[in-house]
Amino acid sequence: MSNAIHKFLENTIKPNFDEGGKLVKYLPAYDALETFLFVPGHTTNGKGSHIRDGIDMKRTMIMVVLAMVPALLFGMWNTGYQHFLATGEAYTFMDAFFYGALKVLPLVVVSYGAGLGVEFVFAIINKHQVAEGFLVSGMLIPLCLPVEIPLWMVAAATIFAVIIGKEVFGGTGMNILNVALTARAFLFFAYPTWMSGDKVWIGGGMDETVAYADGSTGATILAQATEKSSGFVDAAGVAYGDSFMSAFLGFIPGSIGETSTLAIMIGAAILLITGIASWKIMFSGILGAYVMGLLFNLWGANPFMEVPAHMHLVIGGFAFGMVFMATDPVSAAQTATGKYIYGFLIGFLGIMIRVFNPAYPEGIMLAILFMNVMAPLIDHYVVEANIKRRQKRTMAIAA
Amino acid sequence: MSKVLRIKKGANIKLVGGAEKILADVPMPSAVAVKPTDFEGTTPKLVVKVGDEVKAGSTLYYSKDNDQIKFTSPVSGEIAEVKRGAKRVIEEIVIVADKETKYEDFGASNPTSESREAIIEKLCKSGLWPFIKQRPYDVIAKPNDTPKAIFISAFDSAPLAPDNDYILHGKSATFQMGIDALAKLADVHLTVNNATKADEAFLQAKNVTLHYIEGPHPAGNVGVQIHHFSPISKGEVVWTIKPQDVLAIGKLFKTGRYDASRTVAVSGAQIKTSKYFRTIQGVSMKTLLEWNLNEGNNRIISGNVLTGEKVDLEGYLGFYDYQVTVIPEGGEAQMFGWITPNPDKFSISRALVSWLSPNKQYNLDANMNGEERPFVVTEEYDKVFPFDIYPVQLVKAIMVDDIELMENLGIYEVAPEDFALCETVCTSKIPTQTIVRDGLAMLREEMS
Repeated sequence: MSNAIHKFLENTIKPNFDEGGKLVKYLPAYDALETFLFVPGHTTNGKGSHIRDGIDMKRTMIMVVLAMVPALLFGMWNTGYQHFLATGEAYTFMDAFFYGALKVLPLVVVSYGAGLGVEFVFAIINKHQVAEGFLVSGMLIPLCLPVEIPLWMVAAATIFAVIIGKEVFGGTGMNILNVALTARAFLFFAYPTWMSGDKVWIGGGMDETVAYADGSTGATILAQATEKSSGFVDAAGVAYGDSFMSAFLGFIPGSIGETSTLAIMIGAAILLITGIASWKIMFSGILGAYVMGLLFNLWGANPFMEVPAHMHLVIGGFAFGMVFMATDPVSAAQTATGKYIYGFLIGFLGIMIRVFNPAYPEGIMLAILFMNVMAPLIDHYVVEANIKRRQKRTMAIAA
Repeated sequence: MSKVLRIKKGANIKLVGGAEKILADVPMPSAVAVKPTDFEGTTPKLVVKVGDEVKAGSTLYYSKDNDQIKFTSPVSGEIAEVKRGAKRVIEEIVIVADKETKYEDFGASNPTSESREAIIEKLCKSGLWPFIKQRPYDVIAKPNDTPKAIFISAFDSAPLAPDNDYILHGKSATFQMGIDALAKLADVHLTVNNATKADEAFLQAKNVTLHYIEGPHPAGNVGVQIHHFSPISKGEVVWTIKPQDVLAIGKLFKTGRYDASRTVAVSGAQIKTSKYFRTIQGVSMKTLLEWNLNEGNNRIISGNVLTGEKVDLEGYLGFYDYQVTVIPEGGEAQMFGWITPNPDKFSISRALVSWLSPNKQYNLDANMNGEERPFVVTEEYDKVFPFDIYPVQLVKAIMVDDIELMENLGIYEVAPEDFALCETVCTSKIPTQTIVRDGLAMLREEMS
């Protein structure tokens, strides 16, 4: 069966795209689709290693996408849950899930559509293959946004991020900033009213026709923490029984994929078991955030500083950013030593920005982007140390 | 006993079809070839023409850059063909072999009583000199250099590699004679595998500094051993040679002849009976393999699967090769191959299920298993690269022709074979060995 399909593609469809065919311009697009269906059968060229590892870029990227599925599914349910909590309507588990799915899936479709569209256009213009990097970015973008964001904004941000964040540098593997965070930062600064506040996080929150129940609020714990360090309330305005546990499990308002630390941890487990994401970055990031949290606890000058250090790890985008964005190998530090420094500073600075600047409660985004810029510098010094060591050796011999 | 160096980085790729320890004789092949392409960075200047009669040890050609370095015939017979490729580059000098080999006589002697110059002279004249390679650049050593050491790795850790302990067993005296000759040129360092008991030819060797190493491939690569025991800095030279070539040098001094016989491990999934064969340098693949191949589209490799050269059945054994590996060529596209668990494919990552069976022997084909991409995944090479060198940074420095950076990052210490595992495991399918080879060639050009 699969052989027959492959033959049909090779013999009937492909010639149209080959040299002399009518559609030769679109070969990269055809190629992307064919290699999606079939990992090509080409063999090693006889120079260098004859056998190759079974892994390739597609598998690597798909693993990351799979790791995000728990957060995606939980995000769908939670979107509905928050909606019904705020409106006070009765609902079932499936009601919440389907309400959320209808809200979230269009965002995913638009993100992939816009991003892959740009990728295909650039591949055709530059006559290169479509790289798989956007498979991950396309899922990250909707998951790090509030559910009420208009679709056209998602499209605009995605196009901006792929062109300015990636293609101008030469495409996948060449970008300096994490593509998904570039999209998020674009929206954050261009349309702040759609990226913060009390309404955007709740399904239907920006819809005038949806009636909120009395006393309900859509404020995230991050927003509430500027005024108090405990006694956070949920979307219905009722205090959480155990706000740490609620935030850990994810029954809180927030960006679609970021709320459930548990779902993110399932993804983290997939990434760490397969070895695709760096445990060094994740571990040192958590350490950095915890240390900063503890320091603030000691200082305790305002309510936000009094938020317990462990609480910082489960609220806002910290877990999501640390697991899925800080570990992006292209924009992170590349050396082993560099990764510890890079990860630690993301956690450390992320909590610092979060607490010091209430206008930017989402400090993790800015911390990751900042450290993306600093990563080459960190690597430079790590590699430089290695070079110095080698030069010293030469000197010792010369002496 | 000196300290044991244990390396952790690396990977043993276990393949089916390992050679059984049975030694069989191969009849004298009708044709053998010397392939100038085996010698990186040399341009041949022919001194024979088609129809000439040669003896074993007669000069076929010398190196244009250094006429001291001669390349001689492994057999006696008649020059049958000088095969040229693109741009008239000489690819093969084919010799039809006599039934009885006639030898040039270089004179038997005891190396311990010979001078350094006389030994070099003899090695060059007989055509054994090219066995001695040098770091940096991984090319034939220059006879007038003064290396700081000569390194010999007593074992080969590559997949399906021949077992030198088996091959050299009982040949201690000849091996020692070779060592004695080399010891006149520089200090000889011999590294044995600590995980197995090395043959007494190695353990009892005199005139050498013995080192012990333990760990996965590339622990047997001489480059790894040099890096840890006597690292090369800019301006320094280390020579390297393989154990069977030391044996050939021993035989030269013992008999005065260039004896090109060698023991070759024939192995791999597509070989009917994998075992050791006593044959000759440059043997035709037809003689060695024809009767022993399984049906199918085969990839014949002179050497091992990581660094060897692809040849066809009309091809010949490489000068530096003691192993022939035959694996299936593969070449079938795989539907949704990027998500199927693929338990039959090797991977050092755990994104395939094969990591659950660490002792599995694989029947791997030559499929790329994906397309070439820019570097994305990091710290992947580091897992299989036991050097205090940043491999990806070095490869990138070569890609952008930054000579100073290459030097700083340690290019003088590496050879393409040290990057073989990096290339094998690369998610982005970057042709790392070719890049390193090109980088070394460029550097050598710049420095000359």
